[in-house]
Amino acid sequence: MDGLRRLLRRLGILLRRERFEDELKEEMDFHREQKAKELQAEGLTDAEARHAARREFGNPLHLRERSQDVIAMGFETTLQDFRFAIRQLRKNPGFAATAVLIFTLGICASVSIFGFVDAALIKPLPYQDPSRLVGVYENSTRIPRSNLSYLDYLDWKKRNRVFSSLEVWSGTGYLLKTSDGVQPAPSVRVSAGFFRTLGVNPVVGRDFEPGEDLPGTAKVAILSYATWQKWLGGREDVIGQTAMLSNVSYKIIGVLPREFHFALRGSADFWTVLDGSNSCEKRRSCHNLFGVARLKDGVPVEMALAEMQSIARQLETEYPGSNRDQSAAVVPLSEAIVGNIRPILLVLLSGAGLLLLIACVNVTSLLLARSESRKREIAVRGALGASFVRLARQFATEGLVLVVAGGALGVIAAGWLMGLLTKLVPAQMLAGMPYLNGLGLNFRVLAFACGVAVLAAVLFGIAPILRAPMLDMHNGLAEGGRGSAGRMWRRFGANLVVVELAIAVVLLVGAGLLGKSFYRLLHVDLGFQPDHLATLGVAVPDVTYKSDGQRVALARQVVNRVANLPGVKSVGLTTLMPVSYNGNTDWIRIVGKPFHGEHYEVNERDVSSDYFTALQAKLVRGRFFDDSQDASKPRVAVINEALARQYFPGEDPIGKKFGDGGLTPSSLREIIGVVDDIREGSLDSRIWPAEYLPFNQSPDTFFAVVVRTSQAEQSVLPTLSRVIREIDPSIGIASEETMNGRIDSSQTAYLHRSSAWLVGGFAALALLLGVVGLYGVISYAVSQRSREIGIRMALGAPCGAVYRLILKEAGWLTAVGMASGLVCAVIAATLMHKLLFDVESWDVPTLCGVALVLGLCALCAAFVPARRAASLDPAEVLRAE
Amino acid sequence: MPKKPELMPGTLDMLILKTLTRHPQHGYGIALAIKRLSDDFLTVEEGSLYPALQRLLLQGWVKAEWKMTETNRRARYYSLTAAGRKQFGLELSQFEKMIAAIGRVLEGA
Repeated sequence: MDGLRRLLRRLGILLRRERFEDELKEEMDFHREQKAKELQAEGLTDAEARHAARREFGNPLHLRERSQDVIAMGFETTLQDFRFAIRQLRKNPGFAATAVLIFTLGICASVSIFGFVDAALIKPLPYQDPSRLVGVYENSTRIPRSNLSYLDYLDWKKRNRVFSSLEVWSGTGYLLKTSDGVQPAPSVRVSAGFFRTLGVNPVVGRDFEPGEDLPGTAKVAILSYATWQKWLGGREDVIGQTAMLSNVSYKIIGVLPREFHFALRGSADFWTVLDGSNSCEKRRSCHNLFGVARLKDGVPVEMALAEMQSIARQLETEYPGSNRDQSAAVVPLSEAIVGNIRPILLVLLSGAGLLLLIACVNVTSLLLARSESRKREIAVRGALGASFVRLARQFATEGLVLVVAGGALGVIAAGWLMGLLTKLVPAQMLAGMPYLNGLGLNFRVLAFACGVAVLAAVLFGIAPILRAPMLDMHNGLAEGGRGSAGRMWRRFGANLVVVELAIAVVLLVGAGLLGKSFYRLLHVDLGFQPDHLATLGVAVPDVTYKSDGQRVALARQVVNRVANLPGVKSVGLTTLMPVSYNGNTDWIRIVGKPFHGEHYEVNERDVSSDYFTALQAKLVRGRFFDDSQDASKPRVAVINEALARQYFPGEDPIGKKFGDGGLTPSSLREIIGVVDDIREGSLDSRIWPAEYLPFNQSPDTFFAVVVRTSQAEQSVLPTLSRVIREIDPSIGIASEETMNGRIDSSQTAYLHRSSAWLVGGFAALALLLGVVGLYGVISYAVSQRSREIGIRMALGAPCGAVYRLILKEAGWLTAVGMASGLVCAVIAATLMHKLLFDVESWDVPTLCGVALVLGLCALCAAFVPARRAASLDPAEVLRAE
Repeated sequence: MPKKPELMPGTLDMLILKTLTRHPQHGYGIALAIKRLSDDFLTVEEGSLYPALQRLLLQGWVKAEWKMTETNRRARYYSLTAAGRKQFGLELSQFEKMIAAIGRVLEGA
């Protein structure tokens, strides 16, 4: 309290600085005049009295300064220190630039990665009280978080006592009729309480009302903010307008807030109600929904999970046909959204942190080396009366100047780097990570930067101070002083270099393993030839293509038109593009095998007759179906090798039949062929058993087209969409890409690539810093030992011996750094094994490669000073002393 | 003329506070008072009063006010605050204890 009052008083005086000084001067003048008058009264002359008064009063300037010191806040001295520090750094621009640059690098890397961590993991989701929200899923043997079926959802909603609300959503795609023709509009169907559960209110219009999701209610839609802006120009009279979605008219009732996003779906233009009226939602075995729930107060996630699991068990006994082995999964919503990128971000943050550490160590050793060369200056200043505290303060200020300069530059660079890194994220992936829109230098990122800067400032300030007491003033002043301090620094600096090299090894090994994972990932066996393949997605409105016949006719038309384009070799259709995900599954039962109601879950893909030809997938046994295999013909199927291996071990599956769980006659299919394992799931996922059914026997209103071309696949893409639109302008076309482009920009490839590149970049910088550090230590050692080397040479030591002397020292440091680094690296790699694909954390070639690279770099770094040492002229060295 | 002894460190503040207990005084007056009350034995380096006064002002033990002197000149008058009075009492009792302790040591020797 008193301290605060004093501070305020001080500030008050400082603000009225001139008045304070004027008053002080007036007061002192008054004093002297009074004194002079008194002396005059005692009989002195005017001049004598004035002189005496001044003498007795003391030096007024000095006294005024002392008075000012009382009220000043160490302000002037600090300023002086800063001025001096900046002058020192300017006098030594090479040192200053190196130190600032190194620190800038460290700050830039760590702050920009932290920016991503903040946007993805720290910043709360834009919902009310997001920590109470959970994702609710079913859980099957194959898929830990699988979709809910609508009927299960209704039971879960009715029976649970742990959620204050449980809602569902399902991604969908509409074809939006606009003035420029039909455009696909990614959308979401939700149950009526969805937004209330999230705690989100529309900014314009209203939310869905309870009961609005019952079958037969009016078709209503809520717009995303972006859609409102893009499609309707943000017009206020949007409410009550109608949107034609897949040839059905919807009344617009609301617009969502600008900051709202729902990362699980990515971009979503329209939100409509889910009324349980489509064919899938009438069957308990058809799973197409995801759940979102708000936990009741005081209910932990584990309790909710246990409750949902027990409800799932009840349903299992009530509906054994559809619900066997169907359990439940409940996870925090944030986990559902960012769970997949959390490990990568944490690894990147650790990598950036290590780089920062190595940068700090490097700057510290630069500062130490400099304080060594400034030994005499310090000793002189000490001898002239500078106290230890004063010297320490000077060092701290110099460190602070470095930190402020490097920190400011680093933060600016980080802001720029974050923008650049986001631009490198494929657009489709970015849509799935809407939380990255908040990326930037917000207050949390700046606070992190400040925290790092403070720690660095303390380190940079303290390190030379710790060294200062070791300075023997006498030694420092003595010419050529080369006492214990030199050896001391050599030992200390050497330890720092070992730390730097070890960190560099950890980063190099990390980068090597991630790079190798990425390489393995890209060279994983796809089961088809990805080059010269163009792909696109086609969707048509359900209401215009109602019958299977219409859908088959359309598919045939698409295939024919495209196949007749120049440069096209073959065309295939599938309901789900390869290298997407394992899912869209079917439960099969094999005729003639024991069955107890288990769910044999297999990927189901409905493909056209030329699909395998277009992919150049290898037929292993039997035959592929042809275009005539439609609903009028017996039902057939091609299975993949994984299915054959798993369900027909040691048998020939050709001619065998399978159907649904009840072996309904209409579901029975005969296996006519076995195809090589086509990778349906992501690059790093396991191959699942899969069945390929003739598209003509179960056609759909959505399918993907794959086109094998003889020319560059890129060039046919524009023509492809044009000819398909010519068939029917109401066809929506999406994701026109080459197959290689798809694979490259797939989330798995992207995450692996970005982590490999980023960690690789960190590792390269770390290697550079470590090697420069080693070079510094060795050349310092050479300069310190030049006299010893001169004597040795004068006594007849050959050049080789001098090389050996220096290289031995470097080799020793490198070996220790490398060994400890390799041990740490294996531990670190074990911690991040989740990110490694097909590579062990102790991958020997990588470890050897790193050791080799580091060894060579270290050799180069040591060779330069060693050569300098060997080329010393002994006569000159000895004379110079 | 024998050299006058230096003021014991830390006592100047106490002496200033003491002279102000009677009535507000300006710097010159304080210097005169100290000199007079000590029968010319104690003289402060007159200028050093002013840094000390700034210190006391900052602590909140005295307050300052510009007033006219009897000879109609402007001068800054210092007066004791309640906190200053308390501080003086504190310093005085500590000082007396110390003097007594020193005395005991010297007599015992």
